[in-house]
Amino acid sequence: MSARVTFPNKILPYALILPQLVIVGIFFYWPASQALYQSVLREDPFGLRTTFVGLANFRHVLTQPSYINSLQTTAVFSIAVAFIAMSVALLLAVMADKVIKGKGFYRTMMIWPYAVAPAIAGMVWLFMFNPTMGTFAYMLRSAGYAWDPLLKGDQAMILIIAAAAWKQISYNFLFFVAGLQAIPKTLIEAAAIDGAGETKRFWTIVFPLLAPTTFFLLVINTTYAFFDTFGIIHAVTGGGPGKATETLVYKVYHDGFVNLILGDSAAQSVILMVMVIALTAIQFRYVEKKVHYG
Amino acid sequence: MADAASTKTRAEVFGRREQGGMLGISKSSRYVAHAILILGVLIVAFPIYYTFTASTHSLQTILRPPLPLTPGDHFFKNYYDAIFGGVGRIGGVSVDLLLFNTTVMALGIAVGKILISILSAFAIVFFRFPGRMLFFWLIFITLMLPVEVRILPTYKVMVDLNLIDTYAGLVLPLIASATATLLFRQFFMTIPGELLEAARVDGAGPWRFFKDILMPLSKTNIAALFVIMFIYGWTQYLWPLLVTNRNDMNTIVIALRKMISFADADTQWHLVMVTSILAILPPVLVVVFMQRWFVKGLVETEK
Repeated sequence: MSARVTFPNKILPYALILPQLVIVGIFFYWPASQALYQSVLREDPFGLRTTFVGLANFRHVLTQPSYINSLQTTAVFSIAVAFIAMSVALLLAVMADKVIKGKGFYRTMMIWPYAVAPAIAGMVWLFMFNPTMGTFAYMLRSAGYAWDPLLKGDQAMILIIAAAAWKQISYNFLFFVAGLQAIPKTLIEAAAIDGAGETKRFWTIVFPLLAPTTFFLLVINTTYAFFDTFGIIHAVTGGGPGKATETLVYKVYHDGFVNLILGDSAAQSVILMVMVIALTAIQFRYVEKKVHYG
Repeated sequence: MADAASTKTRAEVFGRREQGGMLGISKSSRYVAHAILILGVLIVAFPIYYTFTASTHSLQTILRPPLPLTPGDHFFKNYYDAIFGGVGRIGGVSVDLLLFNTTVMALGIAVGKILISILSAFAIVFFRFPGRMLFFWLIFITLMLPVEVRILPTYKVMVDLNLIDTYAGLVLPLIASATATLLFRQFFMTIPGELLEAARVDGAGPWRFFKDILMPLSKTNIAALFVIMFIYGWTQYLWPLLVTNRNDMNTIVIALRKMISFADADTQWHLVMVTSILAILPPVLVVVFMQRWFVKGLVETEK
């Protein structure tokens, strides 16, 4: 590395890297440091005076029932989205690995929802399931089921989980297919010769060997469910009904931007920052070295 | 080498049997696989097909569920109204302006990210200067600072810099890219030092080397990143929601959200459906037609 041949210029490299550093400084580090700073301050109700309050904002946030509620909501939402999106994608990828004809067609048909904005995915599901005009809502109600995601919290949750998982299937599918292709065929052949059936081969050979891919996707799906689904929640439920679908990211936005509780919002931002750092660390520490794609 | 050769012979010997026969995948199980895949494709495609069907029916038909499974006869009328009529609920802004705004944002972000990242990586890999690794880490750590964790202070910066309701405001804060910088850095490090030495012997300066050697070699990486970043820009939600207030500066995704109201009886659902389809179409076409670059970009940007 250090023996690399380089250009001798002294000023030029600074000029090259400057644009990125300026943007990172103004739009990332300055605001992030402001969030850290504000998380230990509290403003009086008129915004005239700010006082240093140490960790009081954090204590306040972490003991709020609504924050605990949004923690639970986020946990339920993320686990459900990751589990559904990953298991459906795995099933489809295993099937796509088996067929000979039509592989390319299936891949194209599976991956395009990746390009649909999460918010639009949410709205599209809402079109189908909203009580006023949704065909599926109509069918559910005709079948005697009291369906109204705009009024019932658990149904609203089901709707956003479905939309979020639907959109993520294509991503997971692509990586599972790559993971399956990387498994040496000789191992599977050997098991087949020893008389192991398809199901047995999947659970004893394929699934364990797929573990790095699965683990990697678990991290990515969790990050997705935490952050990228803000659009779905904002567009479909607005955190409601009640606070049934208020996730951590939605709450940060709502408390800071709509309710204007600066100290609490900043403290929540800092807590989220810690979570992102943990997720990124896991991703780099455990995933990078073990997953290889051809 | 020997392994590849033996695989080839074996494939030749066993012919088609190699594909399934050896693995004990029976014909019937392959039919089941096709059936499950087709079901999967239907589930994946149905929500969009439903929206498309709705976009070709009149408002009256849409409001009386169940919706017919086949497209109606209002295709031209609805699309014409949405594109040229101006949609009432979002302050008379027509869809073409919304599409223009979104295109500016997506292109600006994709090109901007690639440009500043390739320059940063060039500096980090091909020059030695004090602070090099510090700068690299400063860029890298931004991976851990997504907009969501710094919403309010970033908004305040935008207000102070007068960037609310501007294209620069939509694009600039999102063009820093740790991922792209990492990717280019990794790629540049695989370029043999002899190449640079040869270029220098021939009297090429940094700019010449960058333009005539690095850029052509990076073409596939640039294409792959472009596809991913274009989609990233097109599908942004939280950021345009924060920095645009005026209707004529909205992106199409945000405008769509503003058009929908369930409490309000006069939501123009047929136009909402048309707008949804128009919002989905451009990035989907990019994915489908640039699939090779898309797959490469997706796999590589995730390290």
